[in-house]
Amino acid sequence: MLREILRRPEAWIGGGLLLILLLVAACAPLLAPGDPLAIVGRPLIRPFANADFPLGTDRLGRDLLAGLIHGARASAAVGLAAAAVAMLLGATVGSAAGFAGGWIDEAMMRVVEAFQIVPGFLLALAFVSALGPSLWTVVLAIALGAWTGPARLVRSRVLSLREADFVAAARVMGMRSGEIALRLVMPLALPPVLAISATIVAGAVLTEAALSFLGLGDPNAVTWGRMIAEGRNQLRSAAYLSMIPGAALALTVVAVYLLGEAVTEVLARKRRA
Amino acid sequence: MSLLEVEGLTKRYAHSDARGGAKALDGVSLSIAAGETLGLVGPSGCGKSTLARVLLRLTEPEAGAIRFEGRDWLALKGGGLRRARGAMQMVFQDPSTAFHPRATVSGALAEALRLHEIAPRRAWPEQIAVRLAQVGLDPDLAARPLAALSGGQRQRVAIARAIAPKPRLIVLDEAVSALDASVRGKVLELLARLQREMGLSYLFIGHDLAVVRAISHRIAVMEAGRIVETGPAEDIAKAPKGALLRRLIAASPRLRPWEDTP
Repeated sequence: MLREILRRPEAWIGGGLLLILLLVAACAPLLAPGDPLAIVGRPLIRPFANADFPLGTDRLGRDLLAGLIHGARASAAVGLAAAAVAMLLGATVGSAAGFAGGWIDEAMMRVVEAFQIVPGFLLALAFVSALGPSLWTVVLAIALGAWTGPARLVRSRVLSLREADFVAAARVMGMRSGEIALRLVMPLALPPVLAISATIVAGAVLTEAALSFLGLGDPNAVTWGRMIAEGRNQLRSAAYLSMIPGAALALTVVAVYLLGEAVTEVLARKRRA
Repeated sequence: MSLLEVEGLTKRYAHSDARGGAKALDGVSLSIAAGETLGLVGPSGCGKSTLARVLLRLTEPEAGAIRFEGRDWLALKGGGLRRARGAMQMVFQDPSTAFHPRATVSGALAEALRLHEIAPRRAWPEQIAVRLAQVGLDPDLAARPLAALSGGQRQRVAIARAIAPKPRLIVLDEAVSALDASVRGKVLELLARLQREMGLSYLFIGHDLAVVRAISHRIAVMEAGRIVETGPAEDIAKAPKGALLRRLIAASPRLRPWEDTP
């Protein structure tokens, strides 16, 4: 399957960009040693004007490139972690509701609906305001608004799969319900979640940026959202301060979408075959 | 004594009102002797498949009793039921949905061997080859995914799976209805041969009276959740008593209807 995915051009572009992002995030201390929040030069040096600061400096004289490199860490880590938590939570709740059925299913789906009614970003905002900004509260806050999609998807898959003939056949053969759930049903219920994972990761990256834009990110970390927020005051005189991290953010989201698109396409074709 | 005795089975549709809702099974009683085939015919929606699901404990009846191999089949629970399930097996109508979409032939059969501890793991390949030969399939097919097999081949694998735990009774729910006419006859022959070799009993559910008559010793006719007529296969077909049965016989195609006197 991996080979089929890699044959698609959007997978190449998206995967390549993401790989670069992850490498930069992983090697940030090597690429830009030292504290990215440290003041290293004159303030407001324009991009491409000074070889020491290729992307220039902000109004306090902090290196924009160093900020961008370290910011990739927050975006990648928070985006991936939040999406992972959301999908894990959603898949767990969705499959539990689907398998249990009856009033347990009803109760769980009402909870899912309660979360769906509240806009995800408001939920994240309230959660972080209540618990204080830190990496993990941000991750949980984003996951809180994103787990309902996977939950509904997995539940509907489980509901239709558990009525399938091959499940009846396994029961007739004397297989335990637990084994039926884990070995027969789940491997078929989960791939659609994989297909929407890209949307969730991209959404999580954007929510993280929005939270730090509002000053609710981890205060000790450089993030793209925070860089955009800080550049906002000089938007007329030094637009590059917001535009450069903004472009990085947009590129990341596009890369995730492209890769997700390739995965979805291959999965869909597999199902048709 | 009969292998299977069913007494007054009643089952309402899952989504009908608790009281007064339509009954899928309305006091069904029947019996099947060892080595016997009971054909069950009736229009679609008459409760044939519900009866199959109740017999196989896929769904529970509201009332009635089932005695199978001399014991109270409905009283079995949990592990006891799982172990006992090997004795009553089922073949489904559609061979394309009866297996996990990613299953291979050997994987599907190994499941049966594992769950009923038929043979030690190292003997599985040999056991699987024997089972495949038994249903007239090339043992080389073992490694193939089921999705790569034809409908007839798949139904043969389903039969091989059903006989793997050495059952006494197999419920065949429209087991040949989805097959080509040419394949259908061969599968019916296979079922008859397996019955002779293994002393199997069948509950053969179908809507095509010609097919049911060809394989059954006795036939029961079902309508609206009730058995309305039972008798030896020849008698039922030659001298139908009920109006429903006459309709069913009239519905089976014949080349020269003017020469036929039912």
